[in-house]
Amino acid sequence: MSERKERALRNDQDTRAQALAKLLLRPARGSLLQAILLPVLAVFTALIIGALVIVFTDLQVLNLYKDFFSAPGKALAASWKSIASAYSALFKGSIGNPAEFANAISVLRETGDTAPLRQAFWPISESLVTSVPYIFAGLAVALGFQCGLFNIGAEGQIFIGALASVYVGYSVKGLPQYIHLPLAFFAGAAAAGLWAAVAGVLKAKTGAHEVINTIMMNYIAFLLSDWLLNGPMRRPGWAPISPAIRDSAWLPKFFPDPLRFHAGFFVALGIAAVVYWLLFKTTIGFEIRSVGANPDAARYAGISVTRNFVLAMFLSGALAGMAGANEVLGVNHQLASAFSSGYGFDSIALALLGKSHPAGVVLAALLFGTLRSGATRMQSLAGVPVDIISILQALVIIFIAAPAIIRWIYRIRLEREVGETVFTRGWGQ
Amino acid sequence: MAVAARNAELTIARRRHAGMGIFFLAVALVIVGIFARTTPAGLDTTFGLNPARLTTAMRLPDLVLPSLPSLWFLAAVCAFLGGWQVAKGFRSTGWALGVVAFAFVAAFLIWAARGKSMNLVGMLSSSLLRAIPIALGAFCGILCERAAVINIAIEGMMLTAAFMAAWVGSITHNLWIALMAAMLSSAFLAAILAVLSIKFKVDQIVSGTVINIFATGLTSYLSAKFLQVYQNLNNPGIFKPISLPLLSRIPIIGPVFFEHNIIVYITFLLLILIHVMLFYTRWGLRTRAVGEHPKAADTLGVNVFRTRYINVIMGGLVAGIGGAFFTIGSVGRFDEVMTAGKGFIGLAAMIFGKWTPFGAFGSSIIFGFADSLQTKLQILQVPIPSEFLLMAPYLVTMVVLAGVIGRAIPPAADGQPYEKQ
Repeated sequence: MSERKERALRNDQDTRAQALAKLLLRPARGSLLQAILLPVLAVFTALIIGALVIVFTDLQVLNLYKDFFSAPGKALAASWKSIASAYSALFKGSIGNPAEFANAISVLRETGDTAPLRQAFWPISESLVTSVPYIFAGLAVALGFQCGLFNIGAEGQIFIGALASVYVGYSVKGLPQYIHLPLAFFAGAAAAGLWAAVAGVLKAKTGAHEVINTIMMNYIAFLLSDWLLNGPMRRPGWAPISPAIRDSAWLPKFFPDPLRFHAGFFVALGIAAVVYWLLFKTTIGFEIRSVGANPDAARYAGISVTRNFVLAMFLSGALAGMAGANEVLGVNHQLASAFSSGYGFDSIALALLGKSHPAGVVLAALLFGTLRSGATRMQSLAGVPVDIISILQALVIIFIAAPAIIRWIYRIRLEREVGETVFTRGWGQ
Repeated sequence: MAVAARNAELTIARRRHAGMGIFFLAVALVIVGIFARTTPAGLDTTFGLNPARLTTAMRLPDLVLPSLPSLWFLAAVCAFLGGWQVAKGFRSTGWALGVVAFAFVAAFLIWAARGKSMNLVGMLSSSLLRAIPIALGAFCGILCERAAVINIAIEGMMLTAAFMAAWVGSITHNLWIALMAAMLSSAFLAAILAVLSIKFKVDQIVSGTVINIFATGLTSYLSAKFLQVYQNLNNPGIFKPISLPLLSRIPIIGPVFFEHNIIVYITFLLLILIHVMLFYTRWGLRTRAVGEHPKAADTLGVNVFRTRYINVIMGGLVAGIGGAFFTIGSVGRFDEVMTAGKGFIGLAAMIFGKWTPFGAFGSSIIFGFADSLQTKLQILQVPIPSEFLLMAPYLVTMVVLAGVIGRAIPPAADGQPYEKQ
């Protein structure tokens, strides 16, 4: 190649790199209001449709609708009552009952007994406890999105992370907490990271799509965990459950029972900050985002797409593994089969809702954690099955992923975003 | 430049060829090193060739094979094919791969049932039944992806269809109406997928995921709210098996293929129909054109959007039949998340079968076989945890997708929204 050609090529690469840098470094256009409006409207609309589902599956209310034309007020009042009881149960189950708080405070003043107060704080503690795995798993999916990878395997990675950290948690003896706890936590992260990196390597080396591979690896992870919990890791007894982890691997708790709020929450916030720093303040993050924005341009700019696929998948898996580790070390202190029940899948919705940004993910995770822990209460108090949450989540993703629908419903002009995140590409590329 | 690129390509092709040969040799090694080594000499393996309920006119004698010599023979076959592949290379490797896969499965069965007897016909028959929903899911995937719409919502569509079949069947006491309801509900979800990914140009994997989450949530919600409370809403009955005249009397093949319920026969029909339509009709040509090069198709006057809508909705109808099979085709009741990933395995079968109906059907049978094998192995007390056997289909899919043995190449425009200019 002649020198001139080479220089021309280098210039070309430079301009491409500059264009890419501009694209990535430019602050997002549009106001903050705009950025918040869409998710808020999406959640709001989902709640309204959820209310409709609740009403139209309530047989008592439906019976009243038979006489709608003779007594419309009755039917509407019953509908309202049905929705109100469901959503107020959701609120009481996730945030708490104001009356209970007031009562607890007066009891505290009069007798100094903290038990009622703890009871009043229980719902909000549960919401926060549920949010923690969501934060980790949401960050996992979001980090993948930033690199243009759709990590649908967070669920399996959570299992792998939990398996590794429960193993370290019960088998390693005689370590002080400040060594044992981080060891167990990061063992989970590392194991899940390596597990996920397989999909990254396969994508980078052979072009095999990470969606199919992570789905397949989910099932492999579930089966592996079934086998381990029924075989090598089984605690003597009748249920497939692992031995309990040692006290030295427990994430510290701050309050007496029944409050389960533990240090994992702050770890999660810390990790979210680290992910933010990594993605937006370091070269590594810049490369990851470049590959996500446009792999061809990134390659021209001299960034190794292959390496970033593997790295992003490793980091994504590690974050999902932390969700598993957190559940084991902070909440359950042992591992039973099928313990995760969908955190990994929900986290896809979460990452989309949070716009793949760590801050957005944390907020979305708090919302999802609140909804999920409240939904359990809603089931027992208002007879609304907990699965309503999945319906709400699906609706939220639709509205976020197709903003045109929200635009159409509310007749508002939402600006098209610049450099919209590309989530995935076809199987073959 | 061009020469270097071609050389590189050739090297890759050669390496892949050698890779497959080494894979064959490895299979031979496994047969010798694991199966033959743990089989004492002098044992026989007995395969029953009659169905459990005897309907064929004549009773076949059991097939009795000497375990150890059979294993050595199968290993020799694999080793020979592998050696030939490494040294010279077959022009087309499909059949060799088929032979090696068959040899491996046969060796495995001979080893698993050494000194015992196993009903081969019963097992093949149950493999087929387990393959049916996988195959129908794969057909749905083919219809969509040949027109370049990735459909990972097959799981959700089948789940919804399974639910609707159970519900409507229980209310109307008519299985045909139940089947129709299942198909329509699944097609409705497919239409949503189509609108989201064709009109709104939502990332197709995101919209598929949405539908999966939505379907799981809605069916579990309605099931908890109604089906579990009112048991008579979850009692649709099932399609009874029909023995096809003459065909079902053929030994072995008859009881394996032709003594099933109507949905199985519908699957056979669809297999042939989709194959013929895809490769020998105008619609098929247009579909493939839209999947490979939509812009060219558009220039030639094919309506890309309409083709995609039609294909995705047809895929939904087919997946609906597969969903109905779970309830009114086998167990006769709906349970939460009862599809248990069969839709995703269907997707894997589609990839494994290289986006062709026959390939997908064959892969589905393999997956169904692995599925039914694990129940048999527990009976035979084989010292392999059933979990590992269940992992096999997923591992195989990953291996195939990675192109280690054979390469799976999707339609060129798969997953890309089309923008009319």
